[in-house]
Amino acid sequence: MMIEMRNVKKSFGALQVLQGVTLSIDRGEALTIIGASGGGKSVLLKLLIGLICPDEGEVRIQDVNIAGLDERQLLKVRRKFGMLFQGAALFDSLTVGENIAFILNRERTLPPAEIDNRVAEVLELVGLSGIEKKWPSELSGGMRKRVGLARAIIYKPEILLYDEPTTGLDPIAADAIDQLIIRVVEKLKVTSIAVTHDMRSARRIGKRILMLYRGCIYADKTPEDIFSSKDPVIYRFVNGISDAREDEFV
Amino acid sequence: MTRMARKYAREWFEGLGRGTILCGEIFSSVFTVKPSGRDLLYQMYFIGVKSQSVVAITGAFTGMVLCAQTYFQFHKVKMDTATLAVVSVGMGSELGPVLTGLMVAGRVGAAIAAELGTMRVTEQIDALRTLAALPVDYLVVPRFLAMLLVMPVLTAGSICVGILAGYLVGVFLLGIDSTGLWYNMLHYTHINDMLTGMIKTFVFGAIIAVIACYKGLTCPEGAEGVGLAATEAVVYSSISILITNFFLTMILNRLLP
Repeated sequence: MMIEMRNVKKSFGALQVLQGVTLSIDRGEALTIIGASGGGKSVLLKLLIGLICPDEGEVRIQDVNIAGLDERQLLKVRRKFGMLFQGAALFDSLTVGENIAFILNRERTLPPAEIDNRVAEVLELVGLSGIEKKWPSELSGGMRKRVGLARAIIYKPEILLYDEPTTGLDPIAADAIDQLIIRVVEKLKVTSIAVTHDMRSARRIGKRILMLYRGCIYADKTPEDIFSSKDPVIYRFVNGISDAREDEFV
Repeated sequence: MTRMARKYAREWFEGLGRGTILCGEIFSSVFTVKPSGRDLLYQMYFIGVKSQSVVAITGAFTGMVLCAQTYFQFHKVKMDTATLAVVSVGMGSELGPVLTGLMVAGRVGAAIAAELGTMRVTEQIDALRTLAALPVDYLVVPRFLAMLLVMPVLTAGSICVGILAGYLVGVFLLGIDSTGLWYNMLHYTHINDMLTGMIKTFVFGAIIAVIACYKGLTCPEGAEGVGLAATEAVVYSSISILITNFFLTMILNRLLP
């Protein structure tokens, strides 16, 4: 098993965000996690990569429980991951090229010419050739996300995590990002985990959908099953129908 | 009331604990991870070169006012030529390091806390960690080392400018005998006075770097959080400098009489 979570619980102060999540993800799977805003989707993603520690339970990456590892031990585990952040999280003080080459420049295992080639290669893959010298502040939201994705894939990780990849984008840009994610997953043969509340995106980029509800996994189905479900909680969420009596998605 | 006091006490001790852990991580990183030369040079430029004018102006006017005030008192007892010795000892062991520390805390401490705080709220710190780089190695250590290297130079500059400005005021404005002024300054200023100042400035540099980085890395969410982190970095650094200065003065006076 590539990734396993066993009875993971996480609270922030009095707010219990995850109340015992158990899941497993195979190598090469394309998984989408859906759920309400503030429902713990991003927390789940950050637990997987060790950015936050669970209060209880185990997070196993290729059979290594990362819950007890310190920051330096986690560096090796994180090398297996690439992550696209909600706002792309590009480093303002570095150019696009330096952002993408960040990890390779730090590791210093490749000659500079090879690093430049790799940067050009991933920029071409995300459809932004020739913008190495631009600054993050000169890019649009969609371009920033593409550069964020280029930065995440340059070192050929085994697992790609996407935190709300289409949030804040217009429908055309969101569609382009979806297509890009599908293309990257197919081309690099990576395990892909995306967190989103964009239902169109969830249906397209995931072969399996998990729904988080009240801190637990409420559903684990194929996109077809999720979108044809008559379960009132799933039905209302995927169709965006609020319930005035019970404000449970807020 | 008791609950509030307990909450503040808990937060204070938590902060102290996390700050101590950060110090441990910095210490460990300094000896195990080689910092990037480019980052270190940039930080030295940002902290050192860009603070020069502020520190020099502060040193000059402090030296001038100290010279004038000392002269007004010493003139009553016909000790005019001892004026610059007081300026020199005062600037070297106390005013130079403390005022440089306060000015750097205001200019650089706030900038560091705001920069790291913004990186934190825009998830750039998390991005660093996912790219297998620890914030302590990549962000904190270059700033910490640059501060340690640059603070003594800034302080030395401030002291020199202060003494020179005091000398000019003494000779050209107050009409004190130049030779006597210079002779007494050299006679009554000991190497230990300057050494005391240099030791202090190292400690102040470390205090500013640790507090500013800590406040930036633990910055609360949002624009208000970044503002708060910058303000707290300056306030806590300044207070810590003033308190530490007293204890350092007492200790160093025993060790370097």
